[in-house]
Amino acid sequence: MPKRISRTHLVASGGVALLLALAFAAVAEATGDEIVLGAAVSLTGKYSVNGKNTKDGYDLAVERINELGGVKVAGKPYKLKVTYYDDESTPARAAQLTERLISQDGVKFMLGAYGSGLTKAMAPVTEKYKVPHVEGNSAARELFTQGYKYLFAVLSTSDYYLRDAVNLAADVAKEHRKDPKTVKLAMAFENDPFSLDVRDGVLEDAKKYGMKVLIDDKLPPEINDMAATLTKVRAVKPDVLIVSGHEKGAALVVRQTGEMKIDVPMMASTHCDSARIAETMPRLAEGFLCASQWDRHLSYKDRWFGSADDYANRFEKRFNYPAPYQAAESTASVLVYADAFARAGSLDPEKVRDAIASTDMMTMYGPIKFDTTGKNTAKPMVLYQVQGGEYKVVAPKKWAQTKLVWPRKLSQ
Amino acid sequence: MENLRLLFDSPVLSVQLLIDGVLIGAIFALAAYGMALVWGVMGLINVAQGELVMLGGYAAFYLYRARIHPLFGIPLAAAAMFCFGWLLYRLVIFRIVEKDLFISILATFGLSILLQQLANTLFGADVRTAESGFGTLFLFGGAVTVAEIKLISFAAALVTGVFLIQFLRRSRMGQAIRATAQNARAARVMGVDTQRVYAWTFGLNAAICGASGALVAMTWVVHPYLGLPYTVRAFMIVIVAGLGNVTAVLATALGLGAAENFAGFIFGAEYQAAFVFGLLVAILVWRRFWLARERRYLQ
Repeated sequence: MPKRISRTHLVASGGVALLLALAFAAVAEATGDEIVLGAAVSLTGKYSVNGKNTKDGYDLAVERINELGGVKVAGKPYKLKVTYYDDESTPARAAQLTERLISQDGVKFMLGAYGSGLTKAMAPVTEKYKVPHVEGNSAARELFTQGYKYLFAVLSTSDYYLRDAVNLAADVAKEHRKDPKTVKLAMAFENDPFSLDVRDGVLEDAKKYGMKVLIDDKLPPEINDMAATLTKVRAVKPDVLIVSGHEKGAALVVRQTGEMKIDVPMMASTHCDSARIAETMPRLAEGFLCASQWDRHLSYKDRWFGSADDYANRFEKRFNYPAPYQAAESTASVLVYADAFARAGSLDPEKVRDAIASTDMMTMYGPIKFDTTGKNTAKPMVLYQVQGGEYKVVAPKKWAQTKLVWPRKLSQ
Repeated sequence: MENLRLLFDSPVLSVQLLIDGVLIGAIFALAAYGMALVWGVMGLINVAQGELVMLGGYAAFYLYRARIHPLFGIPLAAAAMFCFGWLLYRLVIFRIVEKDLFISILATFGLSILLQQLANTLFGADVRTAESGFGTLFLFGGAVTVAEIKLISFAAALVTGVFLIQFLRRSRMGQAIRATAQNARAARVMGVDTQRVYAWTFGLNAAICGASGALVAMTWVVHPYLGLPYTVRAFMIVIVAGLGNVTAVLATALGLGAAENFAGFIFGAEYQAAFVFGLLVAILVWRRFWLARERRYLQ
C-alpha cells in the first residue's frame, strides 16, 4: 500500500513540477517583450472617483502606446502593461502595496497613486529600492523638499494653484490705473497640507505685489458651513476672495456666497471643476475663477494623441465620461516613461531614472521638464472662469480662450 | 481683536451671526433629539448618528434629482429613513440594546464606518448639493441676509420638537416608549412589546436625522464623510441638556450654533471647533459645581 501511494505521489509531483516549469517559462516569455509598470490606485475609499480617473488615464496611455507598436528599447519593441492594486485610499496600504509590487511582483517602474498623502507614504519605499516613480496626481510641495531622487511629478505643485489669481488681480488693478498694492485679499483655506501649500503660494505672490490680506481663515477639515467667514468678508469688502478646500470648499463657497449675496469682484477656488459648480449651480457660480492643471482647449500636442482636444475625445469615447485633468496627468506620466525608455536604450532602472531626469518633451498635457527636485516646472496652471454656465480659460493669457469678466456680476 | 472691533463698529454683523448661528443650531437640534431619544429609551449611545444624517441628505439629493419639491422631499426623506432605521434595528441594533454601554458605542462606531464606506461605494465620493429653490431674505436694507431654507430648517426643528413632545405624551406608542424608558422589564411584564418599542424608537431617530440630513443637503453639501461633526455636536448637546427634555435640547442646540458662529468670526474658523469643545468642558465643570451647591442646600 505505502509503495503505491508513493508512486502516485511521485507522478503527481512530477506533473506539478512540469506545469510549474511551463508556467514559469510562459511568464518569463511574457515579460520578455513586455515592460511592467506597477501602480497602487484608489479603487475603493474616499479617493475612489479620482482613483478611477487615474487608472483610466494610465490604461488609455498604455493602450495607445501599444497600438502604435509599443516602445523601442535598443532596437527591440516592447509592449507596456500595468499591474494594479487597490490602495483603499489609505497611505499605509499604498506603502505596503508598493513594497509588494517591487519585492514580490518584481516591478521595476512605478506609477503614482492619487493624492499627496498616499504618495508621501510610497516615495520612501521607491526610494529605498531605487525604483523610478513617476506620478501625476500628487501636488504637495513637501514631496519635493525631501531630496528624493526617484520621484518625478508631471503636474504643477500645489503652491502654484492660485498664484495666477493674484497675478490676474494685479493685472486688473493695473488696467484700471491702480497700484496692485491697493488690492485687498480675503482668503479661506482648509487646514490640510494641500490647501496650506496653495496658501503659501498665494501669500508669496501677494507679498510680491504688496497686497494687503484682510482675512486669512483656516477652515477645519470637517467644515460644513462658512457663514462666519463670509460674514467677515461682507464686512471688510475685499477685492479678491480666494478659497481652497477641495470639492467641498468649492461647492460651499459658491453656494453660500450666492445665498448670502456676498459681492466680491473676483472670487477664485481650487477643485471647482471636479465639484461641478458650473453644472449644478450655474447661476451662483457665474464669474468664479477655478484653478486647473489642464484643459482640453489648450493648444498642446504630442505624437501619441495629437492635440489636447483629440485626447479628450478619445478618452470620452473609450470611457464614456469627459476627460478630467486627473486622467490627462496620469496619461502624461506613462508618456514620460515611454519617452524615457526609448532614450535610455535600456531597462536598467538606474539608466531609466537618469533618462527621466533629463526629460524635455511636449505632451497633450503640456510641456514636461523636471527640475533637480523632480517636479515639472515647465507647465503652467490654468485659470477658468465660469461664463454662461461654462468653464472658459482666461489665464495664462497665452492660451486664454476668452477675456476675463471683471467685476464678477452678482446673480440676482 | 481686529475682528472684535469690527463687531462693535457695525452691530448689524452680530445680528447676522446670531441669526445664522441659531438657524444652524436648529439642524443640530434635530440630530440631538434623536440621540437623546435613543440614549434615554434604549440606553444606547449611537455613534452612527451623523451617518443617518448623511443618508438622509442622499435621500433628499435623489428625490431632488427625481424633481420632487423639497417641501415634500424633507418628509419623504424622513419616511425613507424611518424604514431604514427600523431595518437597522431588526438587523443589528437589537443585539446591543440593554448591553453594556461600551458595546453599544463600539458597535455603532463600526456601523458608522460601514455606512460611510457603503455610501462611498453606492453614491460615490463626489460632493453633491440639492437645490431647494428658495431665495434669500434681506433685512436691515440688505445688511443681513437670511436664506429661506434655513428658516425652514428652524421651523422644522420647532415642529419636530412639538411633535415629539406630543407624540411621547399622548400616543399609545409614545406612552409605551416612555414606559420602556422608565423600566423595560416592568413594561414587558405589563405586556408592552419592548422589541417593537425599540424598533419604533430607532426608526423615529433615523427619521428625525433623515429630515435634518435633507435640510443639510439643501443648505450646504452632502458627501459620505460629513457625519462626524453632527454626531459630536448631537452628543455634546445631549450631555449639556440632559436626556429627558426636548425644550432644553432645542435651546442648547440653538445656543451652541450661535456660540460657534461668533467664535468662528472672532477667533477665525480654525478655532471654531476648539472653542466649542472648550465650552463643553467649561459647562460640565460649572454644572458639577452648581449641582454640588444644590446638594449642599438640600442637606
